[in-house]
Amino acid sequence: MIEPGSAAPDFTLPDQDGKQVALADFRGRRVVLVFYPSDFSPVCTDQLNLYQEVLPQFEERGVALVGISVDGAFSHKAFQKQLNVTIPLLADFHPKGEVARAYGLYSEEYGVAGRGLVLVGPDGTVDWAYLSPPLEVPGANLIFDALDERTPA
Amino acid sequence: MVVEYADLECPYCAKAHLILKALPVTRVFRHFPVTSKHPRARVLAAAAEAAGLQGRFWEMHDSLLEDQGHQDDPHLWQRAEALGLDLERFERERRSAGVAERVERDFRSGVRAGVTTTPTQFLAGEAHPGVPGASFRAALRSGP
Repeated sequence: MIEPGSAAPDFTLPDQDGKQVALADFRGRRVVLVFYPSDFSPVCTDQLNLYQEVLPQFEERGVALVGISVDGAFSHKAFQKQLNVTIPLLADFHPKGEVARAYGLYSEEYGVAGRGLVLVGPDGTVDWAYLSPPLEVPGANLIFDALDERTPA
Repeated sequence: MVVEYADLECPYCAKAHLILKALPVTRVFRHFPVTSKHPRARVLAAAAEAAGLQGRFWEMHDSLLEDQGHQDDPHLWQRAEALGLDLERFERERRSAGVAERVERDFRSGVRAGVTTTPTQFLAGEAHPGVPGASFRAALRSGP
């Protein structure tokens, strides 16, 4: 997985509405990239429901949060609707898993991304990266701790 | 003593409640509403807190968890009346900023403690996520 201190690999991916979203769009603020294996799998469901509930706390701190998986934009749209969440979901669909691979999170064996969290600083540097054990939801406390420890100047 | 983080609209929390109710343990309840999953979660949490301001928190908590099919406002009024609450006061307080803050404080404490799913029980500082099962009972038996 990508190491803190390195430059976050740039990307442009379509969101659930087909709108192109680039990492560079977040320059000047902090953004949490939430990589997850697959839409509609039970663990991701709890994870995104939980992050949705803490979204106001991220917004209070000016921190953005996006989900990324290898599912396509239409799947993301349906998944977002089913979960009743507003967190943007980016489709790392074509070429499949290219962004996950750039962040060292792609599993060739399973064809999906690992459950990784990457905090990218305002200057585009990776400030913190965390890979969760399979089937375990990384608590939002991990993100808050990372944010607290690395308050940008 | 068990500290429970739960969502009053969550069916697994209802199941956990029935299990915990039958165990000889002191319960401490904290709200962990997940509204994208359970749209009435914060409304129900506020109703329980408002009942608590009139000394009837646990009665409202039990009432909501033991009958999750009736969660609309008229059902909340019926429950409040059945518990002998001052209805006008209940109605005012369940919508108050103070009650909302109380619920949010519980939720944030749960996030800080690493809660990711409801229900989650803490025994002696150790988290037991999910409906209490064999490992929870074993921990309870061996606990202080």
